[in-house]
Amino acid sequence: MVEITKKIAALVTLVLCLVVFSGTPILANKANDTLNFAWKKELETLDRYFNTAREGMIVSRLICDDLLYRNPDTNEYQPLLAKSYRWIDTTTLEFELRQGITFHNGEKFDADDVVYTINFVSNPDNKILVQRNVNWIQKAEKLGPYKVRILLKKPFPAALEYLAGNLPIYPNEYYAKVGPEGFGRQPVGTGPYRVAEVDPGKKIVFVKNDNYFKDSPKGQPSIGKLVQRTIPEMTTQVAELMTGGLDWIYMVPTDQADKLSRVPNVKVLKAETMRIGFLQMDAAGRCGDSPFSKRAVRQAINYAIDREAIAKNLVGGQSRVINSACYPSQFGCTQEVTTYPYNPAKAKKLLAEAGYPQGFSVDFYGYRNRPYAEAIVGYLKAVGIKAKLKYLKYSALREKTFANKTPFMFLTWGSYGINDISNITGYFFRFGKQDFSRDAQVRDWLELGDNSIDRQVRLDAYTKALKKIADEAYWVPLFTWVANYAYSNELDFTAQPDAVPRFFLSKWK
Amino acid sequence: MLHYTCKRIALALLVAITVSFLSFMLVRVSGDPAYALAGENATAKEIAFVREKYGLDRPIMVQYLDWALKALHGDLGQSPYFRENVSAIIGHRLKVTMTLGASALLFALTLSIPLGVLAAIRPNTWIDRVALGISVLGQAMPSFWFGLILILFFGVTLRWFPVSGSSSWRHFVLPTIALGYYATPAFMRLTRSGMMDVLSSDYIRTARAKGLLSGSVLFKHALRNAIIPVVSVVAVQLGFMLGGSVVIESVFAVNGFGLLAYESIARADLPMVQAIVLILSLIYVLLTLFADVLNALLDPRIRVA
Repeated sequence: MVEITKKIAALVTLVLCLVVFSGTPILANKANDTLNFAWKKELETLDRYFNTAREGMIVSRLICDDLLYRNPDTNEYQPLLAKSYRWIDTTTLEFELRQGITFHNGEKFDADDVVYTINFVSNPDNKILVQRNVNWIQKAEKLGPYKVRILLKKPFPAALEYLAGNLPIYPNEYYAKVGPEGFGRQPVGTGPYRVAEVDPGKKIVFVKNDNYFKDSPKGQPSIGKLVQRTIPEMTTQVAELMTGGLDWIYMVPTDQADKLSRVPNVKVLKAETMRIGFLQMDAAGRCGDSPFSKRAVRQAINYAIDREAIAKNLVGGQSRVINSACYPSQFGCTQEVTTYPYNPAKAKKLLAEAGYPQGFSVDFYGYRNRPYAEAIVGYLKAVGIKAKLKYLKYSALREKTFANKTPFMFLTWGSYGINDISNITGYFFRFGKQDFSRDAQVRDWLELGDNSIDRQVRLDAYTKALKKIADEAYWVPLFTWVANYAYSNELDFTAQPDAVPRFFLSKWK
Repeated sequence: MLHYTCKRIALALLVAITVSFLSFMLVRVSGDPAYALAGENATAKEIAFVREKYGLDRPIMVQYLDWALKALHGDLGQSPYFRENVSAIIGHRLKVTMTLGASALLFALTLSIPLGVLAAIRPNTWIDRVALGISVLGQAMPSFWFGLILILFFGVTLRWFPVSGSSSWRHFVLPTIALGYYATPAFMRLTRSGMMDVLSSDYIRTARAKGLLSGSVLFKHALRNAIIPVVSVVAVQLGFMLGGSVVIESVFAVNGFGLLAYESIARADLPMVQAIVLILSLIYVLLTLFADVLNALLDPRIRVA
């Protein structure tokens, strides 16, 4: 017996020694010029037009270029693959293209690539996933080897925004040969990084494009190699970051981000994003008779919630309170509207005036950030409104919404990172399925703004619409969301409101 | 024996069909899959298009029979998420999970059988208590939490093993321990009780009386008989491990079958979920069948019962 125990002990020791000595030393990633980063999402394809994820956008902007580029600091549109652009009329955009640019596979960039890409993605038969990105395009035409025109179906002022980040240009010959499936596995672009290796669902390796055109407004890539890994569990990502296995992670929950901020060598950034939260109330009576058809009730709810406190204590970081139905940097998004500062006494008074001195009960639907919703329920209870919280999956909530069964909802909207108000008000106030106010005047103003390319006309129309939305208290605009980033403090990284990290702007300190 | 085996196979088939039918129904009663498939913010028209494209507008029995018929021919359909053949994706992922499951099983057996034997030959001593403690701990700890503890200790503090991934054998060490440890108590308790029964039997006393070495009595005579029930439980436990690796794969970012199952449910990838449930239940049914037949072979009394 003793002999057996000894043998086992010896074996265990041997295994342990083997393990310890075979351990590869952890290399500082700055030293080998490799940025290791991770996210949770498994990307189904690397073809931007066939995935809807933010991560797809991150990948696309590394590999590909668009015709235009929105400068993340100034929000101005700069020509990228285009050398210059101009509106010929309200439905025609003309582009002069840059010369001497090549795709990663050696294919020359010219007008054929632009025309092919635009016509492919705007053809509904090709069924790209986000139709909204392209359904305003009629077609593209070649005017010369480096000159193209894009014809719009109707005036669409947000066109420039879409052309600056959502319409990457693909190499026509390669794409025609490999199709969306082949391109999804081995994408090719003109961008600052090229894809060197893809292990589906596990990792993507990007290598700096040394031939990236010198005067690109995106700048020149600095870090030599980027390695993306898919790690579904956040705690595991955190552990990897702490051991140097990763240099950058994002979407870190606030509690974990707070703990990480105390770890030496790790920097935590709680940066504001374009996602805003809001309460939507059935003012139009879509779900039958409800207290929300009364303006005083809607105003009371606006007064009842201490948005400042939730933004500061629950969301944290750069989160701020918003007053109108859009993200402040979006074109047309004025914050100069009627505001409803926290005032529970006034809320109670308004409720009494509306005929609800004892408050009322209502089903309250939500799909994300439950703690915020619970705080809101608490504030409503204080003024007598019993909101019964019902949490659903997003798809299930939408099914109920479409069936007119959700009189009161806690929603969020990220506008797909599009810096134009049409991407939010267009969904919620233009009599679509998500519109629970159905105000014809608001709709008409928004339509005017959405269809005009005159900046001033647009601004005036949106201001009128937003003012009325606030006066009528159709929504309770809440606050902005933050994205928590955690990364090695050797990395120079800047976050943007669209929460799409631009690693081509990052460098080692 | 043949009659018994046939009966078992028929029963196993019935179980597989029932499971596939139930899972098919369940994913559909949880909400209209067309909404989830159409993606965020799809219009009513797009949703209707998806419903028609994937045949979700047909009666549910027709949908099931259509799917079952194709599955019988080996066609598990296309994944609307990956736009790829379901069988191809599953084949690749199953390999990873099988590797993990097999190594976890090996780990569990290596740990539990010696512990069980030790506990049996020294019953009610501290050795027995320690073995009991280890087994209770294994059963009581959620594998998710245990996985994180392993990461924290061996990955972050000691840095002996990589925290996550599946690119080398070292990546498999921590998930193997986390997954295998959960199965340890079942094996250990069975080995212990089996050993204790056998050790008190007459033929062991005879063997000892003949003056055989204690090691030889223990391993050649006692363990061989005591381990029979363990063998049949192994098959069932392997099934549990393949199904239960969902959490472990998620924690250690091992890109296997379990993780695929978990994520496919979240993204309403119906063909994938159905195929996974079918394959998993088939594996489980096969393993149980194997255990039943093996038991019957080893112990003739079962065949009669």
